[in-house]
Amino acid sequence: MSTTSIYLEGLSVLGPGMANWEATAACLRGEQDFVAAEVVLPAVMALPATERRRVGAAVKLAMATGFAAVADAAADAAQLANIFSSTGGDCDNCHNLLEVLASDERLISPTRFHNSVHNAPAGYWGIATGCTSASTSLCAYDATFAAALLETATQAWSSGQPCVLIAFDTAYPEPLYTQRPIPYPMGVGMVLSPQRTAASKAAMQLSFSQDALDVMADAGLEQLRQAIPAARSLPLLHLLASGQPGRVVIEYLAGCALAIEVAA
Amino acid sequence: MQALRLSAYTLTSALGAGLSSHLDALRQQRGGIVKKHWETVESDVCVGEVAGLDQVQLRPELAAYDCRNNRLAQLGLEQDGFVASVQEAMARYGTGRIGVFLGSSTSGILSSEVAYRQRDPLTGSLPPEHRYRETHNAYSVADFVRHYFGLSGPAVVVSTACSSSAKVFATAQRMLAAGLIDAAIVGGVDSLCLTTIYGFSSLQLVSPEPCRPFDGERDGISVGEGAAYALLERGELAQAGDILLTGVGESSDAYHMSSPHPEGLGARMAMQQALLSAGLQPADIGYINLHGTATPSNDTAEGAAVLSLFGTTTPCSSTKGHTGHTLGAAGGIEAIICALALRAGVLPGGVGTRQLDSALPCHYLLQTREQALRHVLSNSFGFGGSNCSLVFSQVKA
Repeated sequence: MSTTSIYLEGLSVLGPGMANWEATAACLRGEQDFVAAEVVLPAVMALPATERRRVGAAVKLAMATGFAAVADAAADAAQLANIFSSTGGDCDNCHNLLEVLASDERLISPTRFHNSVHNAPAGYWGIATGCTSASTSLCAYDATFAAALLETATQAWSSGQPCVLIAFDTAYPEPLYTQRPIPYPMGVGMVLSPQRTAASKAAMQLSFSQDALDVMADAGLEQLRQAIPAARSLPLLHLLASGQPGRVVIEYLAGCALAIEVAA
Repeated sequence: MQALRLSAYTLTSALGAGLSSHLDALRQQRGGIVKKHWETVESDVCVGEVAGLDQVQLRPELAAYDCRNNRLAQLGLEQDGFVASVQEAMARYGTGRIGVFLGSSTSGILSSEVAYRQRDPLTGSLPPEHRYRETHNAYSVADFVRHYFGLSGPAVVVSTACSSSAKVFATAQRMLAAGLIDAAIVGGVDSLCLTTIYGFSSLQLVSPEPCRPFDGERDGISVGEGAAYALLERGELAQAGDILLTGVGESSDAYHMSSPHPEGLGARMAMQQALLSAGLQPADIGYINLHGTATPSNDTAEGAAVLSLFGTTTPCSSTKGHTGHTLGAAGGIEAIICALALRAGVLPGGVGTRQLDSALPCHYLLQTREQALRHVLSNSFGFGGSNCSLVFSQVKA
């Protein structure tokens, strides 16, 4: 059974060799070769200077991803309920806390502690945008993107309002890196509306599926798809970049893939 | 919103395992917070600890998930016939039509805290038996519960600090409304760890004595742990006496990472939206289970929000003096306490509170009261300014 349609109004990507959606779309269409260049994360100028100093890579990535999606939709971030989704949240911060707690002097920094909550990027987003709407922060391990797409679509349908999805992943340093090797930070943002508007780029219908997963033909992109939870979205982004209608099946949970029917 | 039936529900906390020990504790105003030596914490600390977790054994095929948090998850699941109720729903709807939406703040991070103390002195690597994915990752508890039942539907962990397991009720409601599922296991599991005990201490938010919500001399939280679950199905199935989720409200403070908006604007918005979605007025609410953490600023902000919306007449209390602050599990624990309050007609009097804060003239209950209830409200507010209020109602006989 498929859902009713959800309309894509804004899209953003920030990742290795993916500086923005236009460049990524060109790669996905095969117009440019994909090269996994390092990711440059901008400072969060929307935050007050005191807060700006307190945020690390995860918050910078989430903010840049979210603001680019909102700008692409020509929407107002202050009006959008938001869904943040990440497998590990701020992994550098978590590692630092674990090191301090394993030391003889367990004097952990209060700022590091409040930054350790999984919804810290969402909290900073609220401070930066002034948005007082509902905000949810999710984790589903490798299924983090599909979980966010489901949460954002259902939130938009329930509220009757557009919502912004921000899926982002960063890596732990060693020793946890060995258990969770995420090679590059990557973020994917979407503004989804429950109604078709002049800004709608595509209509999507969602359903659970047992079908085989779509994979990427390009070996480098396929490697990313398998290594970064946010990159599990690449088959969908590939279809969206083509501008054509179609159907993709992306990875969700064991025994439950997510099929997305894309129409104009 | 379309109401949902709580077809089954259970909870486990420092008050005991299952509904009856909780109802007894609420009636007797018995608290479970104890000052004790915990793990490797240097000085004694007040905690709401769940008894017997060291003895809980996971099923052999789930051994990779073994950690304090998943032991608590399993102990909680196996109370009050909850497992049988889920299995009946599985037979009715199929394994792919039941969602698992759980809240947790720190999941099983204790396993990584311990593993970091056991790093190889030469290579820095963690002990080979450490399982990040199944214990520490934020999703691990939903993954565990999904595997425990052999479910194949959607699942996610909401991790928004102390509102986590209230917000999962809203997630489930939206997934049901979209027709993607027929039932959902919702709830929260959070367990004691060093991150929260030292973390809240670093912010000077931990009381040296059992916490005293809404007391004029309150001086911080007591960290607790707990597991709570509800099986949600469509409201049209409900019969007289059943408990319904009838309203949800969510908002963000957009103010500060670890302090609430001083006038409780975000809290007020969440409560207003919950009432709106339930189609109720403030006067319809017979009891409010407050977030009531017992930090000076949290209770001040929440008190201001409650006063501005409900005035001074609606009975309210925090049950964190009973259980401690179970953080990511608190929304779920307190949702089930609300269900118990409705079912048994019990308005819990607070534990730990001696002299009410005269600056917060809410109708805070210092004595448990037995009285029939129709609609109750539960508040959950977290770091990052994440707010969620839920309304529960009992179907009239």
